[in-house]
Amino acid sequence: MVKRIAIVLTTVLALGPVAALAQISDGVIKIGVLNDQSSLYADLAGQGSVVAARMAVEDFGAEKKGMKVEIVSADHQNKPDVGSAIARQWYDVDKVDVILDVPNSGVALAVNQITRDKGKALLVSGAATADLTGKACSPNTIHWTYDTWALANGTGNAIVKTGGDTWFFITADYAFGHALERDVEAVVLKNGGKVLGKVRHPLNTADFSSFLLQAQASKAKIVGLANAGGDTTNSIKQAAEFGIVKGGQSLAGLLVFITDVHGLGLPTAQGLIFTETFYWDLNDKTRAFAKRFAERDKGIHPTMIHAGVYSAVTHYLKAVEALKSDDGTKVIAKMKEMPTDDPLFGKGTVRADGRKIHPAYLVEVKKPAESKAPWDYYKIRATIPADQAFRPLDQGECPLVKK
Amino acid sequence: MSTIFGIPTQALFGQLLIGLINGSFYAMLSLGLSVIFGLLNIINFAHGAQYMMGAFAAYFLLQWAGLGYWWALLVAPLVVGVIGVVLERTMLKRLYALDHLYGLLLTFGLALVIQGLFRNQFGSSGLPYQIPPALTGGRNLGFMVLPNYRAWVVVFSLATCFLTWYVIERTKLGAYLRAATENPSLVQAFGVNVPRMITLTYGFGVALAALAGVLAAPIYQVNPLMGADLIIVVFAVVVIGGMGSILGSIVTGFALGIVEGLTKVFYPEASNTVIFVIMALVLLVRPAGLFGREK
Repeated sequence: MVKRIAIVLTTVLALGPVAALAQISDGVIKIGVLNDQSSLYADLAGQGSVVAARMAVEDFGAEKKGMKVEIVSADHQNKPDVGSAIARQWYDVDKVDVILDVPNSGVALAVNQITRDKGKALLVSGAATADLTGKACSPNTIHWTYDTWALANGTGNAIVKTGGDTWFFITADYAFGHALERDVEAVVLKNGGKVLGKVRHPLNTADFSSFLLQAQASKAKIVGLANAGGDTTNSIKQAAEFGIVKGGQSLAGLLVFITDVHGLGLPTAQGLIFTETFYWDLNDKTRAFAKRFAERDKGIHPTMIHAGVYSAVTHYLKAVEALKSDDGTKVIAKMKEMPTDDPLFGKGTVRADGRKIHPAYLVEVKKPAESKAPWDYYKIRATIPADQAFRPLDQGECPLVKK
Repeated sequence: MSTIFGIPTQALFGQLLIGLINGSFYAMLSLGLSVIFGLLNIINFAHGAQYMMGAFAAYFLLQWAGLGYWWALLVAPLVVGVIGVVLERTMLKRLYALDHLYGLLLTFGLALVIQGLFRNQFGSSGLPYQIPPALTGGRNLGFMVLPNYRAWVVVFSLATCFLTWYVIERTKLGAYLRAATENPSLVQAFGVNVPRMITLTYGFGVALAALAGVLAAPIYQVNPLMGADLIIVVFAVVVIGGMGSILGSIVTGFALGIVEGLTKVFYPEASNTVIFVIMALVLLVRPAGLFGREK
């Protein structure tokens, strides 16, 4: 990691002297991408997020505009203590101005607090917990791509309304799983459904058969998977083995990424319904982005997290340019003030509570026969308009809003 | 419906069976480790990586050579075993005279390198591998649906474990092996090629890991980190069973699988930790492990 940072540093230094903007601290805008680079979330965020950030800086034309931008990255290993230590080091010693991505809600909540204390900026793409714009909302944080409320609202609603009214949850036992389970449960109950049981498994579990058996015994119509990455793929794969779907129950993957579908293969993943805020095959702009991205990230097509990092960095640089400052609190305020516009999410806004607003898509995984090319995986079943995709501003209990 | 500790008996039977299935992976992996430690005195931390390589070998055989699961069951352990032999010849054999710690460090480093290379090449989401057609589906046992593939895993690993135990404890070849660990120079004086025997033993231990990897491929994602997650638990199993005890590792493997399965019913949050709690307790009471001998 040190070596990678060193390489980034030398490349940037080699770019030669550029006239520094007056208010930019040390004359450099320093972006830190902090995520899981080695474990179960490494494909859906990981190095891909670094690639996305780099593409955003290039496309913004920072160099031509005389802005000096550096990108560093680190692996938080899904441990809040490791993530916190890196964040402090970055802010205090390495003069990082903004931290990006931070999948794993546990780590994100920790870095959220540190960022607020230090008056820096945090743009969350990877983490899911809706608390980041709820109780834990901060004037220094924007939650970009998706959140547990949006997933619950998209997937939960769609399933309950088509008759899936009794649920059993298999939940990852940390901040993210708890938040997702809570938000989906609320949707289920609101629509007259019932939760028959739940079980919580440690993060990064290999064998789900015990939990699946409990789900089967509950006789719930829907087995909701409130987990992500490798945990979700293992649950889905093993659910097929235990005949969950054949037995008349349905699986609801509450957070599934395109990299998970790729890893499972269409024969196993077909028919899954879930919510995404980005799909690479939406329009010409997203396709062009995906093509460039895949060339630089070992053929992996961008997940919504990668797209979110690109979009967030783009908007961040716009705000810094307009403000001529990289002061964390001021830039975030400016980002909320300016409307967003980028090729991946189109036009959007950032709300007072730090929630970035854009449409969400309810997607269904294609059958193997329907898929015409590699990574051709989704059918868009419904588009949830931007104003309905996220939790209404007044329901989040965010202290910033009450003022 | 009758209940035990508030859990319906039906569910309990199901969980016991699941525990047995997971235990069979623990047993097979800890068996390989025990064989290697017992005969070579090497703490083989690369075992998890070798298990992962077995799963990947199965995937490659299918993708590149069109060879399905049954061939993989035969070929993957051979291939990975040969890699193990090369490893032993070129690196490990230099360490026999030194402290255990050096073998541990070398194999641990190797595991990190191998896993890193695979992760860099294949990402962390894993690759798909389907259950062979002959073993798909399941049968309803009344208290649970038992997938045919899982039943196969239990039967196959029990057979493998028994066979290994039998060869080492009850045959002439096994007697040579055990004698060679007690007193290599004496056995060599009888005309037995001890270094070659040790090399082959390491290869065999590694092949066992790869075999477990092939068995695991259809159940778990074929993932570069699948071994890293498992190896720590397996080491705990070996320590509880008694370092180097063949029978100990088999029995403990199955038993701990069951304990873990039960934990997943009563207090699932602790299912990752329960084995280590048991390990600590066992080490306090019997430092040599349940089946180990004090040296």
